[in-house]
Amino acid sequence: MLPKELQEDLEKRVAEAEYPREMAIDVMVALQNHYGHLSDEAVQEAAGLLGMTPTELEELATFYEFIYREPVGKYIIHVCDGIVCWMNGHQSVLDYLCQKLGIRMGETTPDGLFTVLPVCCIGYCDRSPAMLINRQVYGPLTPEKIDQILQKLKAQPPRGAGRVK
Amino acid sequence: MSGMAPQVLFQNRKPDRIATLDEYRKSGGYEALATVLKKHNPKEVQQMVQDSGLLGRGGAGFPTGLKWKAVADNAPFPRYIITNIDEMEPGTFKDRILAHSDPHMIIEGTILAGYAVSAQKGFLFVRPAYESSALIFERELKIASEAGLLGKNILGSDYSLEIVVHRSGGRYICGEGTAQLNAIEGRRPNPRGAPPYATDKGLFQRPTVLDNMETLACVPHIIRHGGEWFKSLARTKGAAGTKLYSACGKVNRPGCFELPMGTRLSEIIEEHAGGLPPGSEYRTCLPGGASTRFLPKEFYNIEMDFAPLKAIGHRLGTGAVIVFDQKTCLVGAALNLIEFFVRESCGWCTPCREALPFIRDLLWRIENGEGREEFIPVLQAMCKHTWKSFCAFAPGATMPVESLLTYFGDEVREHIGQKKCPYK
Repeated sequence: MLPKELQEDLEKRVAEAEYPREMAIDVMVALQNHYGHLSDEAVQEAAGLLGMTPTELEELATFYEFIYREPVGKYIIHVCDGIVCWMNGHQSVLDYLCQKLGIRMGETTPDGLFTVLPVCCIGYCDRSPAMLINRQVYGPLTPEKIDQILQKLKAQPPRGAGRVK
Repeated sequence: MSGMAPQVLFQNRKPDRIATLDEYRKSGGYEALATVLKKHNPKEVQQMVQDSGLLGRGGAGFPTGLKWKAVADNAPFPRYIITNIDEMEPGTFKDRILAHSDPHMIIEGTILAGYAVSAQKGFLFVRPAYESSALIFERELKIASEAGLLGKNILGSDYSLEIVVHRSGGRYICGEGTAQLNAIEGRRPNPRGAPPYATDKGLFQRPTVLDNMETLACVPHIIRHGGEWFKSLARTKGAAGTKLYSACGKVNRPGCFELPMGTRLSEIIEEHAGGLPPGSEYRTCLPGGASTRFLPKEFYNIEMDFAPLKAIGHRLGTGAVIVFDQKTCLVGAALNLIEFFVRESCGWCTPCREALPFIRDLLWRIENGEGREEFIPVLQAMCKHTWKSFCAFAPGATMPVESLLTYFGDEVREHIGQKKCPYK
């Protein structure tokens, strides 16, 4: 169940839109921020809020890179594997990151803090090799920088999975 | 040369922050809007933009004024204007740099385009990786509204326009105009066929104009200074405006540079991007993102403009130059690029869904020592099949592979002959 405040906020935003469906991504992202990922329950709730069927919503949920239908860590690390990062050492960045976290691509650390996922070119080719953590960009990456970033994130409480505001 | 290039779109660019509304206004910002609302009807604005020779900066290079004129006089309301900030062409980051420099220039351009086609609502369509841009736009749209530049009765005129930020969930195909319409509508973003054209039945089946962000940022300047001035900015004959070029990959100073349209590739790489690092020699580049062809070395001095590139069978694309040196495996590069397109294909039509993974598989084998000579004609045939796909995604996707085979066939055969990647 969604907290009353979030429920009412989303109802209001959907009501203000010219067509409720316009808000589909925003609603899914808000629910995934709340639950940590877009759970089956969240798909049902989002469909209810938008006046869509769960199947219609699933068509969208499964389409997009930044909608997470399975549990993810509090920090979602998307490592850019675009052509420029590929040229500038993406593989060694990814290997180092995974080794530091003790996980493979697609996995979450046992403490639930970090998930590593791929992402296509994020448009930070001037800061390559780069990655996004909860939609914030980091780059150009070196092993030392990765150490610093992970250390800093471990020390501070996360703002929420994929949280954008 | 760089010191002399007039800075139009980047005139308020700072190293660490956006230009505020006041700063934008001090540089002449929103003067075009005030003039237009007082003195010009929408048709006149369409004509001014057409006369300026402005071509769409998203890659297709379609004349912007003509697109706006395609909205019929008696077309129904409401009408929509969409600013495409779904910059997902690999190697491209010009729109992000501009959004982080002068957001009000983009907002004013969107309002002017909205006025030119009598739109009631505008959308700024932003990709998830550009969340920082989305936040900037939300804040600055509010500031513009409070200043009377947006919303009901803009600057006391009869014209009203609401603009909202629409966040994408993240897929490359959403940058394609018709797919973007479906994305905003909350439908699965497969591309749509045309006709009907978006200018006739677009978003929610209403007349809609969708333009690239850089394109619309040019509009306030065209209105303030005129079409002849805009044409005079270009270096090539018949072209118009400046262009936000970028260079990355094997260059010393990757970045985005505002230069006259038609600036030579060699100048962009050497003077603006600082040349190649020590030990690296220029070999080839993708001149405008991942869906352009590898450009052979003989064209190193080409004028980076739509027409000169077209004349030699190439595309300007987004003007995002990705530089490759002699130490980078081009089969590996083409494999990375096709991998991207395989992942991002929406899967709607068979040529795209089937041909791209097939090509990836053959390239992977070549790169990993399992290649055979007979793969080459098969790859060529598969690339051709993609021209029968439903949208421009797949033909773009195969451009690096097709040009690899055309210009760098020796390197492909070296992989096959040596049964390994010669760069490893």
